[in-house]
Amino acid sequence: MIGEIDPVIINLTVFVLAVFVGYHVVWNVTPALHTPLMSVTNAISGIILVGAMLAAGPTETDWGVWLGAAAVTLAAINVFGGFLVSQRMLEMFKRKDKKGNA
Amino acid sequence: MSANMVALAYLVASVFFILALKGLSSPESARRGNLFGMVGMAIAVATTLTLTQNWLLILGCIAVGGTIGAIVAQRVQMTAMPELVAFMHSLVGLAAVFIAIAAINNPVSFGLPAILPAGSKLELFLGTFIGAMTWSGSVIAFLKLSGRMSGTPIVFSGQHMLNLLLAIAMVGFGLWFFFSETTNWTAFIAMTTIAFVLGFLIIIPIGGADMPVVISMLNSYSGWAAAGIGFSLGNPMLIIAGSLVGSSGAILSYIMCKAMNRPFLSVILGGFGSDGGAIVATDGTQKTHRSGSAEDAAFLMGNADSVIIIPGYGLAVARAQHAVKELAEVLHKKGVNVRFAIHPVAGRMPGHMNVLLAEAEIPYEQVQEMEEINSDFSNTDVVLVLGANDVVNPAANVPGSPIYGMPILDAHKARTVMVVKRSMAVGYAGLDNDLFYMDKTMMIFGDAKKVVEHMVKAL
Repeated sequence: MIGEIDPVIINLTVFVLAVFVGYHVVWNVTPALHTPLMSVTNAISGIILVGAMLAAGPTETDWGVWLGAAAVTLAAINVFGGFLVSQRMLEMFKRKDKKGNA
Repeated sequence: MSANMVALAYLVASVFFILALKGLSSPESARRGNLFGMVGMAIAVATTLTLTQNWLLILGCIAVGGTIGAIVAQRVQMTAMPELVAFMHSLVGLAAVFIAIAAINNPVSFGLPAILPAGSKLELFLGTFIGAMTWSGSVIAFLKLSGRMSGTPIVFSGQHMLNLLLAIAMVGFGLWFFFSETTNWTAFIAMTTIAFVLGFLIIIPIGGADMPVVISMLNSYSGWAAAGIGFSLGNPMLIIAGSLVGSSGAILSYIMCKAMNRPFLSVILGGFGSDGGAIVATDGTQKTHRSGSAEDAAFLMGNADSVIIIPGYGLAVARAQHAVKELAEVLHKKGVNVRFAIHPVAGRMPGHMNVLLAEAEIPYEQVQEMEEINSDFSNTDVVLVLGANDVVNPAANVPGSPIYGMPILDAHKARTVMVVKRSMAVGYAGLDNDLFYMDKTMMIFGDAKKVVEHMVKAL
């Protein structure tokens, strides 16, 4: 049966289930961390880096590869910037935690 | 690596992304969550690298982008987080457009058939137009937030009509692209250009006060753009990660709209929240308020059992966070129970005020959300309102008021209210605030930072 299904339908299944997972996980995020949530999701949407790498992948270089290379650079800014700035913010929340216990 | 191995590695990465978001459910687990996110990304990138040949070019570009990202993350001021987030959304949007163009140019490198099937074309169309709108919309949001462009809504007659016509034209070119036998670049370029223009037009009429909604919405778009590209490339990991981000942004938009009591559609259609506050409701009678000095206020707070501080964005503008932290510490030493009450739209983006207070090293246990603290106001001695206005306006409880139904912090229920403000000017909603004229209210005029410093000295 699996062989007969259009891959689009399988992708759609993944999509719908992922939206449900996202919905439930995000409602559990504490409002105090909504800004870090946004910067973490920013970094995660940098996953588009994977698509960009495929675009920049082929050895026969034409303009598509250069476009891919540009996309890799943009997405990398997002991934590194997003995760590191989240780290910086969460560090602030952590520091007080230690002080509170002391 | 075999295709199955790649798919499994992508599955592992997807699970890490879910765990990353799950970690944010409490400050204790949040850092671990962020770490999970990084691990997931590292797995995804390492796996994808095995599918490509141009390692030098790709790793070089990652190094360049990564360095830029790291520097920006290190240097950005916490007050500028909304700008940074808007800037990063724009990058995702632009990257999505680039990838879609590259995929149409050379489908084989993405494992797609040389002649694009109809399904792929439709998905590329979706990914491109969402990406293009995310890019131009985020650029405008960035310019508005960073003050490089006025936050005043730009409205003109026929605006909605124009947007509608452009949207129809965009879909039309999309269909043309979809039904063409060969790769129809003309249709694709026309469609993409219109999407760029549309993103721009949709954001310009939205005012400064509605920016928290706009940022959340663009956050959502950037996720859907990634998911759209995931569909085009048949990559479930991109679909999962994109959907997580997309639904996260959508939930944040919903929370922000609810906190402002504004229907989502009316925010998007724009025209509200001009910085000036044009409409002032006056009923003719001259209302009187009582003003006092920082020293009086300090005396009252020093003798109180419980104090709740309500910070608004005015506090951040005056850079008074550290002064407030000192005030809270001094009061705490005197045995006063000090807490902070945060309205969901206290900052420029969701959760912004929490980060600003955390940066000033105010323990997050003292910082409470509106739902948690609202019932405590009635047995609180002193409420200190710092640079907030609409979020404590009791008019929200009066039927017929423009902000009727907006959830507010019940500051008016406390025994004594003290408001630090520069003048009697109205807030974003352009409404007079009855809280300022109550008998138990004392107005302290001046710059928030200076006033708070005076209070600390007086204590």
